[in-house]
Amino acid sequence: MAQLNINGSIRDVEVEPDTPLLWVIREQVGLTGTKYGCGIAQCGACSVHINDEVQRSCSIRVGDVKASDRIVTIEGLSATRSHPVQKAWAAIDVPQCGYCQSGQIVAAAALLKRTPKPTDKDIDEAMTNICRCGTYQRIRAAVHMAANDTSRT
Amino acid sequence: MRKTIRGTAVKLSRRTFIVGSSATGGLALGFRLPSGFDSALAQGANDGAEVNAWVFVKPDDTCVIRVARSEMGQGTITGLVQLVAEELECDWKKVKAEQVTPGQNLARKRVWGEMSTGGSRGIRTSQDYVRRGGAAARMMLLHAAAEEWKVPVSELTVADGVITHAASARSLSYGKVASAAAKLEAPDPKTIKLKDPRDWKIAGKPMKRIDTADKLDGSKIFGTDVKLPGMLCAAIKDCPVFGAPRCPSPSRLSAGRPGVRKVVKVKDTAVAVVADTWWRAKTALEALPIVWDEGPNVSVSSATIAEQLKEGLTATVTNGDRRNGDALKAIGSAAKKVEAVYSTPFLAHATMEPMNATARISPEKAEVWVPTQNAEGSLAALSEASGVTLAKCDVYRTDLGGGFGRRGAVQDYVRQAAVIAKEFPGVPIKLIWSREEDQAHDFFRPISQCRLAAGLDADGNLIGLHVRVCGQSINATLNPAGIINGKDRRQLQGLWEEPDDAQLGYSVPNLLIEYVMRNTHVPVGPWRGVNTNQNAVYVECFMDEVARAAGKDPLEFRRSLMGQHPKHLAVLNAAAEKGDWGKPLPPGVHRGIAQFMGYASYSAAVAEVSVSDRGQLKVHRIVLALDCGHAVNPDQIAAQVEGSVAYGLTATLYGECRVREGRMVDLNFDSYPIMRLAEMPKVETVIVPSHDFWGGVGEPTISVVAPAVLNAIHAATGKPVRQLPLKNVKLV
Repeated sequence: MAQLNINGSIRDVEVEPDTPLLWVIREQVGLTGTKYGCGIAQCGACSVHINDEVQRSCSIRVGDVKASDRIVTIEGLSATRSHPVQKAWAAIDVPQCGYCQSGQIVAAAALLKRTPKPTDKDIDEAMTNICRCGTYQRIRAAVHMAANDTSRT
Repeated sequence: MRKTIRGTAVKLSRRTFIVGSSATGGLALGFRLPSGFDSALAQGANDGAEVNAWVFVKPDDTCVIRVARSEMGQGTITGLVQLVAEELECDWKKVKAEQVTPGQNLARKRVWGEMSTGGSRGIRTSQDYVRRGGAAARMMLLHAAAEEWKVPVSELTVADGVITHAASARSLSYGKVASAAAKLEAPDPKTIKLKDPRDWKIAGKPMKRIDTADKLDGSKIFGTDVKLPGMLCAAIKDCPVFGAPRCPSPSRLSAGRPGVRKVVKVKDTAVAVVADTWWRAKTALEALPIVWDEGPNVSVSSATIAEQLKEGLTATVTNGDRRNGDALKAIGSAAKKVEAVYSTPFLAHATMEPMNATARISPEKAEVWVPTQNAEGSLAALSEASGVTLAKCDVYRTDLGGGFGRRGAVQDYVRQAAVIAKEFPGVPIKLIWSREEDQAHDFFRPISQCRLAAGLDADGNLIGLHVRVCGQSINATLNPAGIINGKDRRQLQGLWEEPDDAQLGYSVPNLLIEYVMRNTHVPVGPWRGVNTNQNAVYVECFMDEVARAAGKDPLEFRRSLMGQHPKHLAVLNAAAEKGDWGKPLPPGVHRGIAQFMGYASYSAAVAEVSVSDRGQLKVHRIVLALDCGHAVNPDQIAAQVEGSVAYGLTATLYGECRVREGRMVDLNFDSYPIMRLAEMPKVETVIVPSHDFWGGVGEPTISVVAPAVLNAIHAATGKPVRQLPLKNVKLV
């Protein structure tokens, strides 16, 4: 039995403690926006926020997550797709297939929280998730756009 | 009773489309259809009217446009809907898309045509009939309004889905006349005059994609996200050595672990574990003590395959060629001779979403929820594997988390899911491959080597060219009927003499191009761009080597051979101009150029790179020009070009699937790296539409990425790079 704080709700889950947080989020909690891509923290499709830091949930055992840890998934980023990152992603038509984009958006949101006005170098270093469709050029542009949006609000 | 649409006699018929229960399968089970998609097919006629197969209009004027092709990110849904909406003259803001199922297509005698989505055909081979579908619906809606008002249809105008009779100052929206229009017989599609693309208002414009919203908040349902009542999950492991004879019987395997329901033998060589969750199924599968009978292929490795291909470079028997003049003689007696051998490795597709399918089988019905490029192929595989007749099968497509050719011709995951689901009648089984399984059992881009020779006369003119490609055949794995009298034309894609699809853009007085087939036990298949990728590396990099030997500028040298190929040349010139060919560069930065044709489209690229003293490569900028004839959505074409640069660069820098002891070695992104954002060059897309043909977009532009970069490296280092990927090559 584990207790998780996901998107502001407390959830009790019955699961082996060595289960990766990713699969608990997907299969026990039922939130499927967070994706499985590699299982070895390489691709970032499983990115979530834990206490405002971006983490790769495929490689975190649920038994190592504390009940007080605040987990935010793509579903919890905003209620109406209104996060500046989501708005910028829409404005620039970033997604192609979309499978990796939950992780990309979550990673970008964490970057902007830490570094509200990121340089290209900051973006290079923070945005390390794999996109097989190759939307990287638009991701970079959208992060900059979201940064400007954040500064206005 | 006969009525007239634009002078054509038609008769009224009572035609009300009622959808059978099969169409509601998805919705009734709580399977959430993606937003941007509607469910008119599943709702029956009460909430609107099906004007024709392509257009369903709701009382609130929403136009639901049916799409048969699959969406895997390439934007084909948006493009096809633009084409229908253009002819329909509807309000773009009230357009929604809906995907049809292959079961519906079969039941309605394939009214929606081909569903398979590959070969960059999504738009170019369906544009004509979908535009006619939109135009026919418009004519029927106008006619219904004319009936309502008792005025000649010729007095009506329409814009944004509102029909107007100016003389009486009346107007009606599509939603008001759709039911009446649906009862009219459709005009003969052949009599419909389509708009001149120069008059397009919706098509040809950089419309925003209509399927983006639910990719922003995690609500888009991919195949791995499907949830059905009572569903169980399965993990699978096939024998890692291809072509193994058999695997142990499942009766000798047990999996007494939490949540596990059953161990299932799938075909002869694979074992699946079914459990209440996928993670439990996967961990139980990994704990099974499976001992494979791996068979004789364990002796095969990358080194033995390389030797096998090398032998083919000088073999006497070939499997297809084109020739003019006498290339061998011309090269033999040339003033200067240039020779080189190139090679490219096996590559995996590595879609972000691993292979998966969710099947539910009972004797009465077989269903599968699957991300597929070939829904009708999925239907056939489902029927075959389940033993349920086609008419009782259906396939519900989810969006694809990447396709790139992997989810088309081969429906192995559907077959597997069906075999497993047969063991649990009526229970949905969601099969997901691990990344490792996905990398181990891909249908790989074929491996090949290429030997090239060129002869120059005393003035540096190319008088003879010999290209011999030796490697594995996709047709031998997937389509043996495509090999005719031992000749396999497909492997020479991009080097063909015939125009219109994948023609070599050069005229050489003495030319010999040959293919030698050498197959291995590794299964191969189409990989975005297919054989244009390898053939472009071989010919376009060698062309730079020959230009240098001739003492000529690579661009000028190419131009001198392209007089008979004006479309190839125009695109090359566009890339050169926008790519600043010949203009000064910052210190240490060098340019390379390449052009190629595939999928009926012409591509060319100029790359700017630098190579540090320690051999570190940086790709700064790629200007890529494309003539795809008609450009349906310029912004999505740019997106495809940008994506193709990333896909092509990943292959150039890192892509390699090694074989050891008969199996694939590189099973995850740690040893099969994918290019990341930091390495993405600035990409500038130059669309050069000639407006006189329909070419593909998703694939053709990849082919020029690697040779443009390799030629720029050659310019930087003075040394040609003849093998990929670059991670294995010391540049300085």
